[in-house]
Amino acid sequence: MSERQIQLEVLRYDPETDREPRFQTYTVPCLNEWVVLDALNYVKDNLDTTVSYRWSCHMAVCGSCGMMINGEPKLACKAFIHEYPDQIRVEPMAHFPIERDLVTVVEDFITKFASVKPYLIPKEDKPVSAGEFKQTPAELMKFKQYTLCINCMLCYAACPQYGLVPEFLGPAAISMAHRYNQDSRDGGRDQRQEVIASHEGVWECSFVGACSEVCPKHVDPAGALQQVKVASTIDWYKEHLMPWSKK
Amino acid sequence: MEIIQTDIAIVGAGGAGLRAAIALAEADPKLRIALISKVYPMRSHTCAAEGGAAGVIKSDDSLDLHFNDTVGGGDWLCDQDAVEYFINEAPKELLQLEHWGCPWSREPDGSVAVRPFGGMKIKRTWFAADKSGFHILHTLFQTSLRFPSIRRFDEYYALDLLADDGRCYGLTALEMRSGEIRHFEAGAVIIAAGGAGRMFPFTTNGAIKTGDGMALAYRAGAPLKDMEFVQYHPTGLPNTGILLTEGCRGEGGILVNKDGRRYLQDYGMGPETPVGQPVLKTMELGPRDRLSQAFWHEQQKGNTVSTKWGDCVLLDMRHLGEKKINERLPFVRDLSISYLGMDPVKEPIPIRPVVHYCMGGIHTDINAATPVAGLFAAGECACVSINGANRLGSNSLTELLVFGRKAAMSAIEHLKSAPGSNNASALAAKAQESEARIRALFDKSGAKESISGLRNEMMHTLEEGAGIYRTGDRLAATCAKLAELRQRYADIEVHDKSKVYNTDLLQALELGSMLDCAETVAVGGRDRKESRGAHQRLDFTERDDNNFLKHTLSYHHPKEPPRLDYLDVVITKSKPGVRDYSGAHK
Ligand SMILES: Cc1cc2nc3c(=O)[nH]c(=O)nc-3n(C[C@H](O)[C@H](O)[C@H](O)COP(=O)(O)OP(=O)(O)OC[C@H]3O[C@@H](n4cnc5c(N)ncnc54)[C@H](O)[C@@H]3O)c2cc1C
Ligand code: SF4
Ligand code: FES
Repeated sequence: MSERQIQLEVLRYDPETDREPRFQTYTVPCLNEWVVLDALNYVKDNLDTTVSYRWSCHMAVCGSCGMMINGEPKLACKAFIHEYPDQIRVEPMAHFPIERDLVTVVEDFITKFASVKPYLIPKEDKPVSAGEFKQTPAELMKFKQYTLCINCMLCYAACPQYGLVPEFLGPAAISMAHRYNQDSRDGGRDQRQEVIASHEGVWECSFVGACSEVCPKHVDPAGALQQVKVASTIDWYKEHLMPWSKK
Repeated sequence: MEIIQTDIAIVGAGGAGLRAAIALAEADPKLRIALISKVYPMRSHTCAAEGGAAGVIKSDDSLDLHFNDTVGGGDWLCDQDAVEYFINEAPKELLQLEHWGCPWSREPDGSVAVRPFGGMKIKRTWFAADKSGFHILHTLFQTSLRFPSIRRFDEYYALDLLADDGRCYGLTALEMRSGEIRHFEAGAVIIAAGGAGRMFPFTTNGAIKTGDGMALAYRAGAPLKDMEFVQYHPTGLPNTGILLTEGCRGEGGILVNKDGRRYLQDYGMGPETPVGQPVLKTMELGPRDRLSQAFWHEQQKGNTVSTKWGDCVLLDMRHLGEKKINERLPFVRDLSISYLGMDPVKEPIPIRPVVHYCMGGIHTDINAATPVAGLFAAGECACVSINGANRLGSNSLTELLVFGRKAAMSAIEHLKSAPGSNNASALAAKAQESEARIRALFDKSGAKESISGLRNEMMHTLEEGAGIYRTGDRLAATCAKLAELRQRYADIEVHDKSKVYNTDLLQALELGSMLDCAETVAVGGRDRKESRGAHQRLDFTERDDNNFLKHTLSYHHPKEPPRLDYLDVVITKSKPGVRDYSGAHK
């Protein structure tokens, strides 16, 4: 039933026994429609039970399976074998410390994400019993795209700036702040702005746009960053040059 | 062993666990909350739900209609007091999510939009395009970040509940990063660990849905209820089991066989409705169990399309047009193109029924309480039961919210009334036992069985015996096979000897959970000699209300198959009747 054989080179690293990472190669018989995750699962079930990696949904929605595939940040469950040569190399996501094999330590992202207050800070007090906040389809469209982020962190692995300045809040965190800022129900922009406009916030971004290129959900974090930066610049002017116009 | 002291420990950070955590934090900011999950919360499988969540909000709908659809859909195995509570709370919970920022799809006037779903007399499914569960999960996760009292233990695998004297006082869990075992001392535990679809070979369920929560409670003495009821979803992609939401049919997609016939009319769901104008509770909008069963009959008759992934029928959405598909079903289009190489705008998509949801689970009452004091359960791992013999699509997401919150409230009540344990040493000893169990599994070598080998055998025997149609003989064979696998499980070996993120060890533990759950499915099914909802027997083709208007309760035995007991269904206002999904029901 196999349609093709590939050589899957997997980065292996066990902090308990390895001083540094190494590669281990497995020969995997693949079906044409397989994704790289299927090949890894084949290895795990049939060749080597010790390989560690994260996955769950196998449908590009849980955000678990980000890794470098032939050098590019990808979801293993959405990287189709037929788009690759016979040699496929998988490594943990760039810019994150390796915990074990393909598993990275992601606390830095989680902390930054939480720091931008990624939740609705309602503009008006309204009890649930008073019904829904009205929001037209057009108002929804203003931020909908940014709600699609699956927190896969591929954009962090792609971002040269995050690699250089680890303090940078990074694409997904800033996009999520922007998502709430743009929500017609929200009134929390000023609170988020304090975090975003700080040094590690939006100013670090040099607009390479790599984040938007790798984003599997077309969130366009680069676009969000751009808008946030413009808005922050306007804030700065309002505050410093035109203090009378401050709301 | 490090001890972590908390007031309430929650196992599972999917929709149900997060909802419970927020409810606790809101009720009392001083409560210490430990939210334990084997994956980061947003990886939980709630993220995969596409279609939406049911709750009465529109003026043409009513609580009674939602009640009737749910109870009839569940083939009268639902507890009606619980259904009534659920339906009353549902709109509040969905509105609460709206207030927390959930990006529900909207009508032009800015109110929340609803869509039709199978088995419903009125449109009442709230949706966020076709990523409803995803948005619910992320809204809850993000909202939970507001509360400093919710202390998260991400990538901790719950191992054993610690009970003393019939009361639950916490649990042990494995910190995956270090391989260390922690003892969580808690006044109450809420289990919200999701379903167990991974027991079967072909499922919409993600890798994490291995029934751990059910097994935890079961081994600690709480019975599992109605486990024989496993829902097949009629429309899965044939190669991967990826789900195409019921929303496809809600928006007007049709099902045809190899001759292009809309075969559902041949199974009591007709008359045929005009293409692209779906009629509620008719044809493609019949309930899931009936649709999956119709597939089976078509397959027997040779009317299915054979593909390289097996027999299929076709889901045709072409008449909806590109614009509507992009607007209402963008994820469905993306999934079909990516994983099957077929575009629903241009061609009909081959699909087949796929294991989707466990109606059964940890036995709880209307307060989300289990028979073990201090132990509560909510979400797919629990069985209240509002789903009965067949869950009505889009009730589950709402159930996570309603009973996640309820479990939190009940746990708080329990804390007020219950004294803490005065037997710390007994609990510490139990925690040591749990650690010793894991250590033994970890250290063992030279064993003969492989984890993936046993897992495959389990999956296949379940599919053989406990699939869409069942017989007494095949169920008995599956029971025997599972009993054999239970014994062989003692002879597995963990080859990975690292303490850090050891997925070999985790898979061994998950297999243990699935084997426990699988046996309750097969034994419960073997002894339920009737056909009801998702449990269809070829040797007992009728529903038998005289003998089986009852819940099955399975009790754990460490060395033997589960012991069964039965509990009457709570009937308040709807006497068991005929489930009518033909156009004649109006
Ligand atoms: C593809 C798909 C589509 C669906 N579509 C719909 C729909 O449209 N409408 C609807 O109403 N329902 C739908 N459902 C059903 C619904 O999504 C699920 O029933 C529901 O999301 C389950 O939520 P939960 O909170 O109970 O569990 P989950 O979201 O599965 O979360 C379980 C949690 O438990 C944790 N956990 C498990 N075991 C352990 C352990 N040993 N230790 C620590 N933590 C553990 C996990 O880490 C996770 O956080 C769908 C289901 C699927 C699979
Ligand atoms: S913005 Fe895109 S790439 Fe970045 S975390 Fe979100 S989904 Fe992933
Ligand atoms: S496994 Fe969920 S995103 Fe890949």
